Amino acid sequence: MIEKALKGSSVYWGWIIFLLCIIGAGMMAYLYQLKVGLGITGMSRDISWGVYIAQFTYFVGVAAGGVMVVIPKYLHHYSKYAKIVVFGEFLAIAAVVMCLLFIIVDIGQPMRMMNVLLHPTPHSMLFYDMIVLNGYLLLNIICGYNTLLADKKGVPCPGWVKPFIYISIPWAISIHTVTAFLYAGLPGRHFWLTAIMAPRFLASAFAAGPALLIMILLFVRRVTKFDPGDEALQTIAKTVCYAMIANLFFMGCEFFTAFYSQIPGHMHTLEYLFAGLDGYGNLVPFMRAAIVIGLFGVFLLLVPPIRRNPKWLAVACAAVFVATWIDKGVGLVIGGFIPNPFETITEYHPTLPEITIATAIWAVGGLIVTVLYKVAISVREEQARA
Amino acid sequence: MNMDRRKFLKAAGLTTLVGLGGKGVFELLKPGTVEAEMAHEGHEEGGQEKGSGPKVRWAMLIDIMALNQEKIEKIVHTCHHLHNVPNWGDPKNEIKWIWEDEYEHVFPDSYNEYNHILAGLPFLLMCNHCDNPPCVRVCPVQATFKRPDGIVAQDYHRCIGCRFCMAACPYGSRSFNWLDPRVSLRKEIAQGRKLNKRFPTRMRGVVEKCNFCVERLAEGKDPGCVEAAPDVMFYGNLADPNSNVRKILKERVSLRRKLELGTKPSVFYLI
Repeated sequence: MIEKALKGSSVYWGWIIFLLCIIGAGMMAYLYQLKVGLGITGMSRDISWGVYIAQFTYFVGVAAGGVMVVIPKYLHHYSKYAKIVVFGEFLAIAAVVMCLLFIIVDIGQPMRMMNVLLHPTPHSMLFYDMIVLNGYLLLNIICGYNTLLADKKGVPCPGWVKPFIYISIPWAISIHTVTAFLYAGLPGRHFWLTAIMAPRFLASAFAAGPALLIMILLFVRRVTKFDPGDEALQTIAKTVCYAMIANLFFMGCEFFTAFYSQIPGHMHTLEYLFAGLDGYGNLVPFMRAAIVIGLFGVFLLLVPPIRRNPKWLAVACAAVFVATWIDKGVGLVIGGFIPNPFETITEYHPTLPEITIATAIWAVGGLIVTVLYKVAISVREEQARA
Repeated sequence: MNMDRRKFLKAAGLTTLVGLGGKGVFELLKPGTVEAEMAHEGHEEGGQEKGSGPKVRWAMLIDIMALNQEKIEKIVHTCHHLHNVPNWGDPKNEIKWIWEDEYEHVFPDSYNEYNHILAGLPFLLMCNHCDNPPCVRVCPVQATFKRPDGIVAQDYHRCIGCRFCMAACPYGSRSFNWLDPRVSLRKEIAQGRKLNKRFPTRMRGVVEKCNFCVERLAEGKDPGCVEAAPDVMFYGNLADPNSNVRKILKERVSLRRKLELGTKPSVFYLI
């Protein structure tokens, strides 16, 4: 089945080569990082996690978001999703691989990575993160590949795959819950120490993942003969809308608790992110833009005639994706370190090699999505012909 | 037949797992136990507190009323020399085991702006060797661990450099080797710095921090900071009600950082 990725137009191959070039540049930058150390990044004693871990956190959400098409299909037998569920699973595969790569490039001694298995430590949340992420990758490979293979052969999905599909549903929730627990259980980091961290992570995940899925499927519909179906796209759009509203509501809850209680530690990071603190405010324009763009996206999705227009639907999904990315892929992780434990401020400026490496991992994700989607679309096109 | 094979493999797997875990625990605990025992016999005498608590829990008392700039410099220099801590000269790559800061930053959550006495005093910051250390809780490979004598130690050879401990430490006590520390040390040696050949240098990509001079305690010596300023730094067994530190704590007012977080620091500031 995978051989279908080897037959494509010149545009397809051009895109693949473009991605490979970015990946190559990233690999050079990573070799440099391996040789010199993580000092080539903008991270410091105060901002000890940066772009890498922030991107990791965001893409765990994108991966978990795939479950928003799996649940209606397999728990509610919503047949409109029958053709697209595999795209959700393949997107999850790409996103989880990106997460694992972001972890690998972030650790200082990657050659000791297997110590996590050699010295299993159940009181560390990273131990569970390793289990759930790798498990989720495996589940999506099993479910995605086998359902597509069955479709190709025109037979029903084999019975043994079903349990894996059902397991993948709570498993998707678990990957983002555990990722939230990485942050939410740390004493002394007021911004992260919040019980709604996991719910908020899930809400933003169920907005961001499906929003990205819609954007890709709209693109697929334009350039291939496969049509995911208007009703399916509209239903995913509603999911994105509800999830984004929940996400913004949770964000509002954070503001209320911090500013009504007036506890300085709880207010400081939010002040830094949205208004500036002690003269520092690098992220203020981005964070404010995230709120505006997020609300704009919700507005577009809430008004049915706008949502039904494919162009506006794409804009709305892009808005949700960008807004959640700024919020979680930038502000959440960086903000947690500002102010530092001494209530002083060190800001974070990612470096060129760091951004090159992160971009390359995005390109790896893009490459996996391209190849897997190419396979899935070829199968769907064959089905349509038959 | 098939089932038997499966059962056998399962049992073998479990045994291996237990064996691995057992060995790990043994390796982790053994050095600490030995030293705790030794410390108990060699350094402290007198009664024990009743109950099942540890026999030894090392604590550090810092008399900030007796601190001055000269002593601070001597303490910091002694510690950083003994442990070959590089001096990168810039805050981004900075490694520090013990350093000075002011009241406002040391106690940000209980800072009293009308307390001019504390506001004018110098504070020395170091790892608190918490009794309930968050860094140990989060480390995925047990590279940082609490020894039976209360010291929170760091294994530079096991650390994978994930920096979870740095995010978890509420005291900013941990430093990461963003670059190869030996590069800086080589440069400093060329400028006249002496290397302490009795303590290992580190490699890039691992976390480090104050180790309460475990290597010196093991030889029956005082921690470096105590030796550098014996009238400022006092260390002893907090678990022993008759120890020197417990006697001082009975008589002097002391502060500990961020007690509200439940980490139970073992570093006390005497005022």
